[in-house]
Amino acid sequence: MQQALLDYTLSLSDNALILGQRNAAWCGHGPILEQDIAITNITLDLIGQSRILYQYAAQLKGGDATEDSLAFLRSEREYKNCLLVERPNGDWAQTILRQFLFSCFQRELYTQLTQGKDSTLAAIATKSLKEVSYHCRWSREWVLRLGDGTAESHTRLVKALENLWPYTGELFKGADYELALGLDPAMLYTNWLSAVQSTLEEATVSLASLTSCFMQTGGKTGIHTEELGFILTDLQYMQRTYPSCDW
Amino acid sequence: MNGIHLHTEATQACWELMDQIYDPEIPVLSLKDLGIVRDIAIKSPPADAGIIEVTITTTYSGCPAMDWIANTIKMELGVLGYQSITIKHTITPAWTTDWMSERGKEKLKTYGIAPPEKRFTIPTDGIPCPQCKSEHTHLLSEFGSTACKALLQCQDCGEPFDYFKCH
Repeated sequence: MQQALLDYTLSLSDNALILGQRNAAWCGHGPILEQDIAITNITLDLIGQSRILYQYAAQLKGGDATEDSLAFLRSEREYKNCLLVERPNGDWAQTILRQFLFSCFQRELYTQLTQGKDSTLAAIATKSLKEVSYHCRWSREWVLRLGDGTAESHTRLVKALENLWPYTGELFKGADYELALGLDPAMLYTNWLSAVQSTLEEATVSLASLTSCFMQTGGKTGIHTEELGFILTDLQYMQRTYPSCDW
Repeated sequence: MNGIHLHTEATQACWELMDQIYDPEIPVLSLKDLGIVRDIAIKSPPADAGIIEVTITTTYSGCPAMDWIANTIKMELGVLGYQSITIKHTITPAWTTDWMSERGKEKLKTYGIAPPEKRFTIPTDGIPCPQCKSEHTHLLSEFGSTACKALLQCQDCGEPFDYFKCH
């Protein structure tokens, strides 16, 4: 049970860290200043969430584990983030849609956790949920603006949807550690889908051609796409090259 | 009884100190104004062994000022004569702008930041301009210069300003 709780906590923190790391690449490159600041703020929230979660994971793991050793010294196979968060930034549409799909998922997940048996995770979820509601609202507005904007922005959003949709199935497929804790993510699917679907419809984008597409899985159990290796190379460079460096 | 009395005074002094340490990103708000100091527990006063535990909470999870704040509290308590200082972090209950002092909200306004207001839980057009008080304002972005603020512009005086979001 303790192992399941540790794995589960790591999966939550890995999701937040990897999406934070992805979004951070937009810093200084956002389409306009306000949106550059917005995506960077979201990054900060995600990395902040990952820190609290890693601190808890380090406590569960015991020994000399710290939030830093968990973030910087684990290898690809030990990372339990879902594949969706490691998808490349692509263009603004892809970044926005990835954020929207994930934030809507996080909103359902954290809502579930606030009622959960583990009081630390419930506290983290309660705190994070306040931030996630901003992320949902902001990314939703952008999905609408892009989908219902120009022909070009519409085309890009549709392309982003085709690229990302195959990575959404995994979110709701319970890994062993989730099921062991009685936290089957399949329970979150209906609410998530209805939020996503209604926004996409409003954005004049149809999901019809994607409903039966093949879903990629693996991230939650450490089987990642080739992307994660490159992300970790960047993320972990300093600690790998100068072990225990501090500033 | 003497001992308890001493602790009360010492605790009072610490709370006053928390009112003299300012948020590095919004330098008109003290830690006390922000409501992020949750508890001060003196185990032994400075005249004795000087053992103290201060519990703080973070505004937003990723607030980059937290490490600086924790270090500054340690440093300042050291100046007061404490030898063993523990900073505890708590996240329950989650921080809310309801904990911000009324005085803090007034100070924000004078500084040019619109304070959090219940009628604007979600940042929107119409939040009063802290400069000219006009409600003819426009929301530019839900995210401002720090995680806790949104960005607006006054349509009357033309001044862009931050709104400290309800949280």
